[in-house]
Amino acid sequence: MWDYTDKVMDLFYNPHNMGKILPNECREEETVAVGEVGSIVCGDALRLHLKIDKRTDEILDARFQTFGCASAIASSSALTDLVRGITVDEALQITNRNIADYLEGLPQEKMHCSVMGKEALEAAIANYKGIPIRPEEEDDSPLVCTCFAVSRGKIVRLIRENHLTSAEQVTNYIKAGGGCGSCLMEIDDLLAQVDGNKKTETPRKTELTASATFPSLHPLTNLQKISLIQQVIEEEVRPILALDGGDVELYEVDGNRVQVVLKGACDSCPSVTTTLRLTIEDKLRDRLQPDRIASDLVVEAISNPIKH
Amino acid sequence: MSVPKSETPSVIYLDNNATTQVAEEAVEAMLPYLSQYYGNPSSMHTFGGRVSRKIKEARANIAALLGAEPTEIIFTSCGSEGDNAAIQAALASQPDKRHIVTTQVEHPAVLNLCKRLEKDGYTVTYLAVNRKGQLNLNELRASLTDNTALVSVMCANNETGNIFPIERIGEIVKERGILFHVDGVQAAGKIPLNMKESTVDFLVVSGHKLHAPKGTGALYVRKGVRFRPFLVGGHQERGRRGGTENVPGIIALGKAAELALEHLEEENTRVRALRSLTYVRSLRDRLEQGLLTSIPHCQLNGHQSWRLPNTTNIGFKYVEGEAILLSLDRYGICASSGSACTSGSLEPSHVLRAMGLPYSVLHGSIRLSLSRYNTSEEIERVLEVFPKIIDRLRELSPFNSDEAEWLKEQSLVNSQ
Ligand SMILES: Cc1ncc(COP(=O)(O)O)c(C=O)c1O
Ligand code: FES
Repeated sequence: MWDYTDKVMDLFYNPHNMGKILPNECREEETVAVGEVGSIVCGDALRLHLKIDKRTDEILDARFQTFGCASAIASSSALTDLVRGITVDEALQITNRNIADYLEGLPQEKMHCSVMGKEALEAAIANYKGIPIRPEEEDDSPLVCTCFAVSRGKIVRLIRENHLTSAEQVTNYIKAGGGCGSCLMEIDDLLAQVDGNKKTETPRKTELTASATFPSLHPLTNLQKISLIQQVIEEEVRPILALDGGDVELYEVDGNRVQVVLKGACDSCPSVTTTLRLTIEDKLRDRLQPDRIASDLVVEAISNPIKH
Repeated sequence: MSVPKSETPSVIYLDNNATTQVAEEAVEAMLPYLSQYYGNPSSMHTFGGRVSRKIKEARANIAALLGAEPTEIIFTSCGSEGDNAAIQAALASQPDKRHIVTTQVEHPAVLNLCKRLEKDGYTVTYLAVNRKGQLNLNELRASLTDNTALVSVMCANNETGNIFPIERIGEIVKERGILFHVDGVQAAGKIPLNMKESTVDFLVVSGHKLHAPKGTGALYVRKGVRFRPFLVGGHQERGRRGGTENVPGIIALGKAAELALEHLEEENTRVRALRSLTYVRSLRDRLEQGLLTSIPHCQLNGHQSWRLPNTTNIGFKYVEGEAILLSLDRYGICASSGSACTSGSLEPSHVLRAMGLPYSVLHGSIRLSLSRYNTSEEIERVLEVFPKIIDRLRELSPFNSDEAEWLKEQSLVNSQ
């Protein structure tokens, strides 16, 4: 039996935001965008409805319909929780890992459920914007896995985004390779290719991310780590929060535990806290890659320590 | 998911093709041989001799269940071992024949062994089944050649409960003088078997499917059929399987076989025939009819009548099997599914796929398998909660009675 977290089981038994949004539920300045992925053949499918304010691009409501296992249903529900109340562009920043983290983890073999959520979100936003989100993948990306209709571009992106290192992981994340298995060799080749690129890319990345990034092969000193985290928060997190009257401050770095204090409008809102925590975590992970502290980094949002 | 211990007693166990409750009588019979009587049955002292007598008794009981002679029974550790031993023995005794015939719906114990043998240079014919899971006997006849060493066909299928016409298959096989192996793991104890009037050369039994403990089993080898041990060792099992006997397991298996036979034979019942084969069948039929009539868009997978009395496999369209199982689990109801998600692989059951069932049915297929320990109260309880579970999941599903709607809407969205 799968080792599901209590959160997965809770959202499976009591899902939030199920159903559709009908056009007649919208005011004039609002519209419904729909994203559909999967099929009955694959064994899971998700239809996501977003109600969007056309003036502000804010996602006012999100509902889902899912055919699939417990983790597919829980992932869909998690997705709707994550996107409500943020803008379309912010929603595009959500990764499948955010969905998995919101569920307090998914069994490795079920990661593809979180990927399906991410894909439905992109499909809905593409539907809203009227343009494909990932044109490069739709154009000339040949199918690698015909059993599950997965393209080369998609596999490469997933390997990158989730730092995958084995074909088994690729199968867990997008099913590719889980059918007849004849594409497994090609997946291995793609893994090697991405890995090779990553190695040659590293110096370039250092350049791009300016002063606070350090050569990745040596572990960061604590001071280097703290100043890097500080930089990410200053440059990438605070500006976003400022728009909503919120703010964040680095409080403590203890090994891989990063504690931040949420302030202003963010202070008391639990859902914002989770989203924010995940966003910071992700941004930090991206920047710290491929340093080894990145993979098990945790961000904790603590309430204002001065109050205690 | 962790289930608190206190919930265990209220379990409604409908997964008896996966494994069964060990009969209390079998537990009682084995206990002294776990503690006081630990002697080795091969030893030359009364202490060991006592154990040896008990094993003899168990062998006679298993033989009786199968309609065989005690000397035709070899104790094994499980069904998979029996299948492996039988197939390898059959091949080893005819080294010049390199062709095997089996079916697409066998248990992995047979299928994966055959795949391995293909790598070793054997050719294997995997016979197809029709929508109802039945073989075409003309196809079988046509597949046999002078090079065919063995035909391996299961008696009853673990997923659908379908029964193959073993004796008609055997006649065709024997016309050509070919060895015939039958995986009887799901059949033994559920339907009468009589090796005395049979064409079967090897028959495999697994203890944990008939209320004996896991890790026990038996292999019937017809007298006169050449056999080579799979597990080479001492002279145990008359040199046919090395290794000191799993004494308590064998004694429990013997007891379970004795009980199974009593429950099979309804006429001369000393037994509370209350819990006979007919009893199990009537519960299964009540369950099956109840589900098929109270829930729309579902269908029986398998053959209506050529089937084990304890098994029903139903496909519920537009919902996914794992979601059904976990919903049932909340009510303490244990079942299993052929859906991809539950198997740990990404493909649904090879048995249901071989039957050519549509994916909408495959992913939502549920197997319910009963035993004589089930009660009609349990069945009524299942009938009460099952429709609600399917309703809830269908409400969540983007698919409904008409799949075309999904496709229609999808193209609409794309063209916006
Ligand atoms: C038809 C069939 N054959 C063989 C086996 C394997 O038996 P065991 O689990 O005792 O190895 C099973 C058990 O699932 C079965 O159903
Ligand atoms: S082509 Fe990828 S699993 Fe078959």
